[in-house]
Amino acid sequence: MSINATLIGQMITFALLVWFTMKYIWPPLFDSLEERKKKIADGLAAAERGQEEIILAEKKAKGVLKEAKVQSSEIVTLAQKRANEIVEESKDIAKKEGERLIIAAKAQIDQEIQQAKEGLRQEVADLALSAAEQILGAEIDKAKHQDIISKVSNQLG
Amino acid sequence: MATEVHAAEGATGYIIHHLTPLQAGEGFWTLHLDTLFFSAALGGLFLWFFKRAAEKATTGVPGLVQNFAEMLIEFVDNQVKDSFHGNSKLIAPLALTIFCWVFLWNFMDLFPVDILPLIGSMMGIEYLRSVPSTDLNATFAMSISVFCLIIFYSIKIKGPWGFAKELMFQPFGPWLLPFNLLLKLVEEIAKPISLALRLFGNLYAGELIFILIALLPWYIQPVLSFPWAIFHILIITLQAFIFMVLTIVYLSMAHEDH
Repeated sequence: MSINATLIGQMITFALLVWFTMKYIWPPLFDSLEERKKKIADGLAAAERGQEEIILAEKKAKGVLKEAKVQSSEIVTLAQKRANEIVEESKDIAKKEGERLIIAAKAQIDQEIQQAKEGLRQEVADLALSAAEQILGAEIDKAKHQDIISKVSNQLG
Repeated sequence: MATEVHAAEGATGYIIHHLTPLQAGEGFWTLHLDTLFFSAALGGLFLWFFKRAAEKATTGVPGLVQNFAEMLIEFVDNQVKDSFHGNSKLIAPLALTIFCWVFLWNFMDLFPVDILPLIGSMMGIEYLRSVPSTDLNATFAMSISVFCLIIFYSIKIKGPWGFAKELMFQPFGPWLLPFNLLLKLVEEIAKPISLALRLFGNLYAGELIFILIALLPWYIQPVLSFPWAIFHILIITLQAFIFMVLTIVYLSMAHEDH
């Protein structure tokens, strides 16, 4: 057991090992560790941000929903109002139309009555004339007795 | 020397045989080939594993290899951040290298004491000591390197004069200059010696106990070696950890300007 040249050999080996570790081993591994640390920290921060955003979005969605509800109820009321108006309007129109129809029908009826009366009057006048002819036995000149005939028919009217 | 050791028979011979390194060369220029080989191989294993993790490094979901490597990196980084407050590109990789390398050295202790020498002897290698941390050269090589870094950073941060002032005038003021100097020198030199000897002593003793257990009859061996091995898992990790933490502490002391 003695100190000898092995010492020198070992020192050289040691120096080489340390140099190699320092140059090629420590930096990449350490960097990757640090980078992963950063990545994880970033990820955690992002997750937290995401959570906050979700809460915010939920709040926002609730607000929007509320607004939409209010709006829809407004729209429904409006629509109901409008529908009532339309119904009223159409009722009015229908009423007017009916009245108009009734007036027209009445006018037509009057006219027809008038026509029938006219026809009947003519017929009665003709009948009375022929009856007078037969009674008198003589010929009555239509042209001569026009005044009489029209007086009669007027009396019939 | 080797032949003399080999000649010794019985228990003593077995123990000595196990604790004799495979060497080449003479005198100071002796090389412990097994220490060099195993520590280089384990260093290669460490680099290979971490290089693979570094190449595949992704910021997404890490794989098994990357996960394990990152676990170690984070562990070492925490230790460095706990005691070192400066900014240095060297200290953290240095600490990682020390921790992993020492741990792998020590881990060799958990292989059955006879298996690697047996394989070695099949390949014609007579002596094989597979645990590099039971070689003073290995532990001292590391601690002396750390010591050099301590001196280097002390001078770099405090300046040559600042460092000299710290050696001379602390802790008792300028009137006790020689005493201060002596105390400081002992303090500084104690650092690498304690680092190296602590690791060496623990692992050497652990290995010796494994060897002693291996000398017992086979039916007693598991009863003793099993708990010792479990205990040893703690020791090898702890020793690697201590070496690393003390290195960080010493270097952060070197960075502190009083």
